[in-house]
Amino acid sequence: MFLEVNSLNKQFETAKGTLVVLKDIDMQIEQGEFICAVGASGSGKSTLLRQIAGLDRPTTGEVKVDGKTVHGPGPDRGMVFQHYTLYPWMSVQENTEFGLKLQGVPKAVRREQASYFLNVVGLTQFAQSLPKALSGGMKQRVAIARALASEPKVLLMDEPFGALDIHTKESMHEFMLELWQRTGITIFMITHDVEEAVFLSNRIFALGARPGTVRKVMQINLPDRSQMVKRHSIFHDYRDELMDLLRKHGQEALAVV
Amino acid sequence: MSQSVNPPRSIQPYIKTQPMQPTVFWRLAEDIPKPLYTALMIASIVVPVLLWWLVTTVGNIDPKFLPSPGQVLEAFGRLWGTRELLKDTVASLWRVGMGFLLAAALSIPVGVLMGSFASIRALLEPLFALIRYMPAPAFIPLLILYLGIGEEPKITLIFIGVFFFNSLMVMDTVKFVPKELIEATYMLGGNRLETLTQVILPHVLPGIIDACRINLAAAWQLVIVSELIAANEGLGRRISVAGRFLRTDEIFVGLIVIGVIGLLFDLLFQYLLRVTCNWANQKR
Repeated sequence: MFLEVNSLNKQFETAKGTLVVLKDIDMQIEQGEFICAVGASGSGKSTLLRQIAGLDRPTTGEVKVDGKTVHGPGPDRGMVFQHYTLYPWMSVQENTEFGLKLQGVPKAVRREQASYFLNVVGLTQFAQSLPKALSGGMKQRVAIARALASEPKVLLMDEPFGALDIHTKESMHEFMLELWQRTGITIFMITHDVEEAVFLSNRIFALGARPGTVRKVMQINLPDRSQMVKRHSIFHDYRDELMDLLRKHGQEALAVV
Repeated sequence: MSQSVNPPRSIQPYIKTQPMQPTVFWRLAEDIPKPLYTALMIASIVVPVLLWWLVTTVGNIDPKFLPSPGQVLEAFGRLWGTRELLKDTVASLWRVGMGFLLAAALSIPVGVLMGSFASIRALLEPLFALIRYMPAPAFIPLLILYLGIGEEPKITLIFIGVFFFNSLMVMDTVKFVPKELIEATYMLGGNRLETLTQVILPHVLPGIIDACRINLAAAWQLVIVSELIAANEGLGRRISVAGRFLRTDEIFVGLIVIGVIGLLFDLLFQYLLRVTCNWANQKR
């Protein structure tokens, strides 16, 4: 198994007592999968991603990437954050190279590598621009190029398109699918957008809330991956099933509170 | 279908509509036409000087109370001719320069460390916050007691007045570095030292320059205060001596020179900010 989450629990001590955020999470993900973890707010999905990224330690359990247990953050897991995290004083090219620079890659090599991935995300002509000159969708594409430049084993994405308008979002979806097919990289993405999840992933982990648990794993088999497929009844069935699942567990969680 | 509920009465008669008249001068948080802006900026200096000139020419005012612009200009020429004014300016500039540079050189790293590490913040912030509220001029008796009446107490006074404020202001700018930017750097393989020097430092540079700009104004005030104690030359000294001999025109010369030099420093820092941190320029 390529990316494993083994009986992971995460709890926080608060003034009101122990808060269980994630409970008994188990995930087995194969190389080259496009996974979305979908949940309402309170499902602990961002917390889960932070454990996989190594930005936070699980209370019990472990995360393994390619057989190695995760002990902290590192460039073998490329991360794209929800908010724009480009360095505003660096050009697009410098931003894309920065990870490689930190890892001691020689200048000529990292320049070539960054240029390649800027080309992949279609931003070669903006290489010398500052991030403030870019639109929201372009900024996230630079963030993706920056993460990919280190050739990570898995690309982690934390609601990366949440701040984008619907048209930009759709073109980013098409871009992601193309990128996935072209590079064959394993993608693990967090979202609350049900349609986004169904359209992009080959498997979906539906998370229940308070505490966050995996309620269902859905295999997605769509006839094709164009915008047209969203009118297809299969797409609607997946979407409705997922919506019902999240709604049901959302209400349960509310009833508990 | 649920029953439609009618409100008890219409709210419409109570609503007063306020039409918004178009305006140029009173545009709220908006730009005004550039020529108007320039004209107002010129008027800002020219009108008070004109009023000053008018009052001293038309009104029968004792020049010992309020000299005319012409008389002040004359005094300026006189002091410039004897090279006294230059000597005073250089003396004051040197004190400000030394005190401020020493304070900046120490407070910038200390402030960055305080902002970056909660441990260092806990260690220093209570002390600094306390000393900050002690007015620097109140240290003068102690400084004279410890350091005598030479240049050292004057420079130390400026140091005290700048160091604590600047440290705390630099610390605050570091707090504004987004946590996600730091975490993104960790994910790209950066360690803590690299994150501090290659991400936090460049991010806070504009904030540091701005903090220094504001605190240089404080340093400039303190040099004048320090020269009121005991000094052979300096702009503050010039003003207090002029006061003693009722040379009001020379007081005005001193004040204007201090103001102009302060303004030039401010413009210099603004220029520095523009050329070094183009990325931080806000579009308006």
